Amino acid sequence: MKININVDVHHLTRVEGHGNIKIQVKDGEIKEARWDIVETPRFFEVMFKNKHYTTIGILAARICGICSISHCLCSIRATENAFKVTIPETAAKLRLLAKHGETLQSHLLHVLFLAAPDFFNEPSVLPLIEKKPEVIAIAARLKGLSNRLCDTVAGRTTHPVAFQVGGVTMVPQKRHLLGLRDELKRSLDDLQIVADLFSSFTLPNFIRETEFVSLKGEKEYPFIGGSLISSDGVEQKEQDYRPMTNEYVDKNNTSKWSKLSRESYAVGALARFNNNAQLIHPKAAEVAAKLGLKPVCHNPFMNNVAQLVECVHVVHEAIRLIDELVESDPGETMAKVTPKAGEGVGAVEAPRGILFHHYKYDKTGRILKANCVVPTTQNNANIHHDMKSLVNKFGLTKEMTDEKLELLCSMLVRSYDPCISCSVH
Amino acid sequence: MKYLGIEPQKPKIAVFDFTGCEGCQLQLLNKEETLADFLSAVEIVCFREASSLCSDDYDIAIVEGAVSRNDEVKRLEKIRETAKVVVALGSCACFGGVNRLKNEFDLKAANKEVYGKDPKETINVRPVKDIIPVDIEIPGCPVSKAEVESLICHVVWDSPFQLPVYPVCVECKQRFTTCLFDIGQMCLGPITRAGCNAPCPAGGIGCWGCRGPAVEPNYKSFFAIVKEKGFSDIELKERLNFFGAFGEVNVS
Repeated sequence: MKININVDVHHLTRVEGHGNIKIQVKDGEIKEARWDIVETPRFFEVMFKNKHYTTIGILAARICGICSISHCLCSIRATENAFKVTIPETAAKLRLLAKHGETLQSHLLHVLFLAAPDFFNEPSVLPLIEKKPEVIAIAARLKGLSNRLCDTVAGRTTHPVAFQVGGVTMVPQKRHLLGLRDELKRSLDDLQIVADLFSSFTLPNFIRETEFVSLKGEKEYPFIGGSLISSDGVEQKEQDYRPMTNEYVDKNNTSKWSKLSRESYAVGALARFNNNAQLIHPKAAEVAAKLGLKPVCHNPFMNNVAQLVECVHVVHEAIRLIDELVESDPGETMAKVTPKAGEGVGAVEAPRGILFHHYKYDKTGRILKANCVVPTTQNNANIHHDMKSLVNKFGLTKEMTDEKLELLCSMLVRSYDPCISCSVH
Repeated sequence: MKYLGIEPQKPKIAVFDFTGCEGCQLQLLNKEETLADFLSAVEIVCFREASSLCSDDYDIAIVEGAVSRNDEVKRLEKIRETAKVVVALGSCACFGGVNRLKNEFDLKAANKEVYGKDPKETINVRPVKDIIPVDIEIPGCPVSKAEVESLICHVVWDSPFQLPVYPVCVECKQRFTTCLFDIGQMCLGPITRAGCNAPCPAGGIGCWGCRGPAVEPNYKSFFAIVKEKGFSDIELKERLNFFGAFGEVNVS
């Protein structure tokens, strides 16, 4: 029997933004296997032009509704590097604490609300409210906590209000931080239950050797700033992100594509873990071991597991940061900022992977030129190439149907937790 | 969820996204303490970001994002034909939002700057009401989930739905936030519609007017104060333009 398969997904569901899957297998031969981004472009890099530096972080946050804290922090870091500003220690700790809140919030939303329904054979999280109330209760509890952490430290979860060039403008009260600390401690039991749940799922056994790009941790698992590393051995400084990302335009996509040593590369939780596993919190390492995640892991479906492992890591790290913050006097939280002509690059590990903002300023502190390289922009070409390989491995058997292959390919895309509107900024 | 022993009608709701950051949709899944009640009060038949199911049979269309491409115009027209009620969700849907800043640039040059020799289709950003009639607007960047809940209560139980008529200043007073003008910063609080609980002034960045004008704002006095405090017309215009919500206001 000749194998013929057609998959045509217009606007894939349970991902942020608009992308299409198109697969055609004719007489056992792959004619087409594509992942394309059709999101409407917004032209943020143009909108930044001539804006004052005090405005940029607020505007940059609007690139993404899920990782607005990362975009804001990356943006103000780029400006601080351009103006040669060093922020006070308390401000750096509060920014990192908010970052941990966002990582937790974003990963939980993905793992439990967007990815998990596939493993329960449900179209969405909604039927699980009745069928798996205990899982939904945990999901709501954990997500509520991560939102409260962001609200307390960043002033708001979506589009933060406490971060400005030079530091932070708001210091949370100690009693609020201590309340969150108790909740974070308790959340570890919930995360353990989620990890047990994931160990009962079967992830597709799919390997495609991939280059992974992330920040390189020195003493700590990296989130904000530092040098860049790839699993193929390339290293660059933060400001030299261009030879690391090599963006180019693909005619079928409104998102750009990226490459480094191979035809594409991957960023995100799996990339961070693969490049920095030795720095992850020991309790998170235990969860990784239990779920079979070892560096360097080349199965993209394991990004779900890496996100869960990072959830455990950021909860432990958030508790440590709160301990340090409540034990010390906050002191100054804003450095003096004097605009000057020049360029600056910021690199931040957003939940979905490494993010770069690059600005060129005039001497009055207004932007002359801006460039942003976003995590999903870097992942899109890799998803596209993964999909061909996935169809090749699983799609050419007699048992395969249009529906089964559609689900498998959709799950592949969802594993990357794509933030498509972000990638077409 | 019964009310006075009677099962209420669940409105069929569809959520659609256009040009924007999708942060307002995300708010629909927030406010975890009432999330289960919220979801059980309605029947969500289409919500691409959260569910793989989608039906064309719906009463209320919640539309997020602005319009910036011709295919979006067609999608909106079809939604208007199907829905009994169209809700514009968030500042992008209501006013165009920050996306509208793009309109100040030449689109051909902008396209060349971002995409080089492979330009992508794009048109000037417009709010939803410029394309189809909108029944209810919930402004905000992002929206307040409490206002979305209030809208659902309005549709299900006919309880009143009313956005605050007073400005953000009232909410700053309620939460004891020091006036931003008193510490030398610009703030659109005096002319912007409240309902957000004023997080931006409390965070130290002042109000940027994402919810649009309050009812009958006193622009004349506000502009006089801005001038008296030493801010330039350019600073004021930039802030009024930020979310595209004060389009018809003339500063001078």
